[in-house]
Amino acid sequence: MRLVFHIWRQATASAPGKMVRYESANMNPDMSMLEALDVLNEELITQGTEPVVFEHDCREGICGSCGFMINGIAHGPLARTTVCQLTLRHFKDGEELYLEPWRASAFPVLKDLMVDRASFDRIIAAGGYCSVPAGSPQDANALLIPKPEADRAMDAAACIGCGACVAACPNASASLFTGAKITHLGLMPQGQPEREIRALRMVRQMNGEGFGHCGNIGECEAVCPKGISIEVIARMNRDFAGASITERPKSGAAEDGA
Amino acid sequence: MKLDSKIPGGPIETAWDRTRFENKLVNPANKRKYEVIVVGSGLAGGSAAATLGELGYNVKCFCFQDSPRRAHSIAAQGGINAAKNYQNDGDSIYRLFYDTVKGGDFRAREYNVYRLAQNSVNIIDQAVAQGVPFAREYGGTLANRSFGGAQVSRTFYARGQTGQQLLLGAYQALERQIDAGRVKMFPRTEMLDLIVIDGKARGIVTRNMVTGAIETHIADAVILGTGGYGNVYYLSTNAKGSNCTAIWRAYKRGAAFGNPCFTQIHPTCIPVSGDYQSKLTLMSESLRNDGRIWVPLKKGDKRSPEQIPENERDYYLERRYPSFGNLVPRDVASRNAKAVCDEGRGVGETALGVYLDFGAAISRLGEDKIRERYGNLFEMYERITDENPYKVPMRIYPAIHYTMGGLWVDYNLQSTIPGLFVIGEANFSDHGANRLGASALMQGLSDGYFIIPYTLGNYLASAKIDKVSDSAPEVQAARAGIQDRTKQLLGINGKRTVDSFHRELGKIMWDECGMARTAPGLEKAISRIQSLRQEFWKDVKVLGKNEEINQSLEKAGRVADFFELGELMCRDALTRNESCGGHFREESQTPDGEAMRDDANFSHASAWEYKGDNQTPELHKEPLEFHYVHPSQRSYK
Ligand code: FES
Repeated sequence: MRLVFHIWRQATASAPGKMVRYESANMNPDMSMLEALDVLNEELITQGTEPVVFEHDCREGICGSCGFMINGIAHGPLARTTVCQLTLRHFKDGEELYLEPWRASAFPVLKDLMVDRASFDRIIAAGGYCSVPAGSPQDANALLIPKPEADRAMDAAACIGCGACVAACPNASASLFTGAKITHLGLMPQGQPEREIRALRMVRQMNGEGFGHCGNIGECEAVCPKGISIEVIARMNRDFAGASITERPKSGAAEDGA
Repeated sequence: MKLDSKIPGGPIETAWDRTRFENKLVNPANKRKYEVIVVGSGLAGGSAAATLGELGYNVKCFCFQDSPRRAHSIAAQGGINAAKNYQNDGDSIYRLFYDTVKGGDFRAREYNVYRLAQNSVNIIDQAVAQGVPFAREYGGTLANRSFGGAQVSRTFYARGQTGQQLLLGAYQALERQIDAGRVKMFPRTEMLDLIVIDGKARGIVTRNMVTGAIETHIADAVILGTGGYGNVYYLSTNAKGSNCTAIWRAYKRGAAFGNPCFTQIHPTCIPVSGDYQSKLTLMSESLRNDGRIWVPLKKGDKRSPEQIPENERDYYLERRYPSFGNLVPRDVASRNAKAVCDEGRGVGETALGVYLDFGAAISRLGEDKIRERYGNLFEMYERITDENPYKVPMRIYPAIHYTMGGLWVDYNLQSTIPGLFVIGEANFSDHGANRLGASALMQGLSDGYFIIPYTLGNYLASAKIDKVSDSAPEVQAARAGIQDRTKQLLGINGKRTVDSFHRELGKIMWDECGMARTAPGLEKAISRIQSLRQEFWKDVKVLGKNEEINQSLEKAGRVADFFELGELMCRDALTRNESCGGHFREESQTPDGEAMRDDANFSHASAWEYKGDNQTPELHKEPLEFHYVHPSQRSYK
């Protein structure tokens, strides 16, 4: 199988980048997209060209490391799939593929297809947790959680933090990511004590990182490899709005939501 | 080198309590005066860093990924064991302890394992309090399943993503400490050497993977939670970045390496499809609860599975092990798969595969029930193989999955270098020669949340730790050593890529130090690895420079270490002339092909001491004593 790649090459965060064309005839329909890049890179190295940098680790769709745009779609054409699990059998022999990094001001490009997503960690650090130090909490079964609630919390908790939602959003909003964590913890009794402060702090952090506002377009949901629903954004907005009302104002200024 | 295991002795039930009481405490006001380095941010490292931060220590945590949330623990699917006995089916701490010692084929320390079983109970409480969304029953209680050959239902799970959810729990606790300023996180930073001063671990040398800066970090103690070394085989279920460099560097600085040859081969992985293959994907072992494993009775039977009638199928596990059937432990299941493939009865294009068939379960329970139990796994299988497992049986084959070996540690999880602690898969401590399913997550979190906070405190409170400056000669020398090595790798400019070397090393390891091992094979492997290593240092091609993101350079450094570790693994496998757990020496088997242990000669943990490059390392033995679970031949018949 032969494929033509147009890949974004950018040497450093501050260097200008450009699309470069490569071609390889050594592709195989059973390969994953990342294995295709491995093969291409082996060819490039042998020719003395620096290999394409891309982020990856688990290669089984769970760590959230991988991700880039393929022909304008985050993680490529197959729904609910990360690029590491996207096999070439979904492309035609001789097809031209355009690979570009996530584009968002809160995700600066580091090199080629690799971006910096540390802003996601800072959003979690702002409140995406239950404050329980390791020690001796009550017996796990002392807290009964109805199965449907637990299942819905798990649906939201499945987020892998890959950033596709941001890349797909015309406003580069991180609302799906942030909403997923707020929803996961907000649906569980353990998450209630800090529910308001969590929503306030996480949303403010998200806005402060330079992510855009949610325009309810739903592109994020469409590309999410874990199928997280935009319902989580509604929950986030509700928690944030509720918390903003009861919060003792520090100043009189009104504040934007997500 | 003298091995002192510091096993507390006395009644095993109270050993850990007594140890905790006897441990010295660090005054709360003094904790912030101590600097602690944690390398790795998975279940072990992440939970340790978070907990030490909570206690008030000054923690620096390092990971090579872009975020601590991506550590390879995230990929664990099946579940986590705990002796809660919520199902009232006869489980207890003692039974989990017993199963783990027996499952490890009597090559682990009883006292460590007992403590692990005790802590298992607290882990579930802790995780639930953090908001980990474990599976629940309709009444709201936690759901359990039986897993990996256990005869009780003690496994807690969060769909097929238990590792992910537990890791995110630890990660969130860690982020909270980062936010509070008690932990400073260094992502995209790789540890390349350990700094030892006056015989104590005092810091690490790192490379910033974005700028290439080689930096040193000084601390009062260093904790390694850097995972396993299964990628020495190139193809494994480990994440691509998982590597041995941190523990290998520590070994070369004086930490003994325990049982390097003890590797686990997981029976249910998707078979290799071509030589471009970059990693192997595990299918959770929970599938064996409902799937039946078989191959055709006839050699070379190329018919498609549905054309093979019942009476021409060999459900070989059910036939050979009537009481455990498809649920025999991992090592037994893997070896049997290899055996039937060696007989020429393997399935699929490569004939290196066996069927895992859900036909019977689907007719018994209905497709919906199976979808509810394994939906995401079936989906993943189909995505990779383009085959629908609801219709055609899955094809599976064993793959390298976990390494029970690792740095040797005493009961306090301290290595032979004072001040260097090793936790999680990176140490050798709890699983003996074979790890039971759903026990890796348990060990990582037990070490990180509940053991290291006590034993580290004891070390800091009792050791005399002098002040060290960044300009100390040992620090300078370690930094210079890494700078030179980096220059050397970049300067070779040969003809072969790093990956091509890694694949070749992996093939040698899989063929000679994989599922079945022989003395002549291991000897051959040692000499082949040595010459391949020489070729690597003459002919590897690493483009680019150090002062940039350079993934080839990162890989080259890791592969260089894998060569050395691979050789040590073969050496260890060669000296252990018995079969135990995942280590199968063809010379040591019963007439019907089962592994045969040799307790008279090998009831010990091997601890290897580095003696210099190109010198034969020295083998030390820690005798194992069994006061509670008496060694018996494991039988799953
Ligand atoms: S590499 Fe882990 S999700 Fe793709």
